[in-house]
Amino acid sequence: MRKFLSAAAVLLALSTPAFAQSTLRVGVEGNYPPFSMISPDGKLSGFDIDIANAVCAEMKAACTMVQQEWDGMIPALNAKKFDMIVASMTITEERKKAVDFSNAYYDVPSRWVAKAGAFKEATPASLKGKKIIVLRNSPRAKYVQENFKESEVLLVAKETEVYLELVAGRGDIGFGSSVVSSEAFLKKPEGKAFAQVGDTVILDRTGGAGVGIALRKNEEELRGKINEALKTIRANGTYRKLADKYFDFNVEPQS
Amino acid sequence: MIDFSVIVENIPAFWKGLQVTLLLLVIACASGFVLSVPLAVARVSPNPWLARPVFLFTYVLRGTPLLVQMFMVYHGLAQFEAVRESIFWVALKSPWFCAWLVFTLNTTAYTTEIFAGALRATPSGELEAARSLGLTDGAMYRRILLPSALRRALPQYGNEVVMMMHATAIASTVTLVEITRVARDVYYNHLSAVESFGVAAVIYFVLTFSLVGLFKLAEKRFLRHLRPDTAGAL
Repeated sequence: MRKFLSAAAVLLALSTPAFAQSTLRVGVEGNYPPFSMISPDGKLSGFDIDIANAVCAEMKAACTMVQQEWDGMIPALNAKKFDMIVASMTITEERKKAVDFSNAYYDVPSRWVAKAGAFKEATPASLKGKKIIVLRNSPRAKYVQENFKESEVLLVAKETEVYLELVAGRGDIGFGSSVVSSEAFLKKPEGKAFAQVGDTVILDRTGGAGVGIALRKNEEELRGKINEALKTIRANGTYRKLADKYFDFNVEPQS
Repeated sequence: MIDFSVIVENIPAFWKGLQVTLLLLVIACASGFVLSVPLAVARVSPNPWLARPVFLFTYVLRGTPLLVQMFMVYHGLAQFEAVRESIFWVALKSPWFCAWLVFTLNTTAYTTEIFAGALRATPSGELEAARSLGLTDGAMYRRILLPSALRRALPQYGNEVVMMMHATAIASTVTLVEITRVARDVYYNHLSAVESFGVAAVIYFVLTFSLVGLFKLAEKRFLRHLRPDTAGAL
């Protein structure tokens, strides 16, 4: 009995320092290259992951990554399955009703992609009766459904499926992140016969601009710390270094 | 707190999802049944050239998860240009066709084994009686073996249909908007599990009970001879 008690005491003593350092769980997606990817051995990598790690390091917090499907991301945050979402989540007015956002940590436009030569431009007239492939429950899906009323829409569950379905020919044109489409598709052998259509598109900015880290409502202390950490890594060159790992163009938000 | 306005607002979406679920179930089970009866006869055949291929088919289909089968057909086949340029692509392009194909093959595998098991369990007396009447093999199957086996298989087959109904949720992964997909969208847009998955669970529950009820009625009718009270009356 005494042995057990002393063992318990040792355990207790050992576990105390862990309480001193705050532990945060980070919700990530894993299906959004090059922002969030899972390697075949199950390791997470990507710009989102690196940013999350850099922010955590800056806040001196121990972070664990929790992978979550896109659909359940915000509910899982509010159900306290994790404490913040670093999953390329665009800051929108609608989402702000459910969660709070940090300042933007990157900002990129959207892009139309189709078989090279299939379309000259992407306008409601030129895409009339055509099938547009876009991620479900995303600002881009909303944009397509509101502005391309005479086109059919194929809603897919993951951003990468936009390009799978496009190659398969189950839709005529895909609408996705300009970065994901180029890094995960156009630059790869599978994307050889495909090209961007028209100009890149900047979606409605009424919610603010760009992509932020989402937090539960009213966690002002954590939000302040995250914003502070983002500011620091942008100032000290960490951000630049991470971004250069993935992109040959600027993804830094304006503000 | 349950927000009933969210539920009411999404009733039309769930209604559409229910129709898709039911349609998937009906087309898969109907074609599965039609295929299973001859396959079950082949499965119990003494001829290895008939029995072995059917065994291989049910073995492979029952040995892999339905979700994997769905991805193999929907995304896997689409990767091959030869497939995309073949005439099959007209059909394989459609998520409906892929879902129908995969569900049908899957339920056929299970149902074949259920029917084959029931055929094997035929009382030898029935066989002897059929032989003594000089029935041909075909007539014996048509008149004695199959009716008797299908009746015996009814409870297990009812189970398989219920399992298949639950399995239609897999169709949500290939862009079909059935009940589970509707629930996930509602979950995403309203951020609450009760008004989304809770409603889906209730719908599945009602469907399950209706199916179980239908099969109970069928058993009452077709398995009357096995009930203790009527058997005693003989």
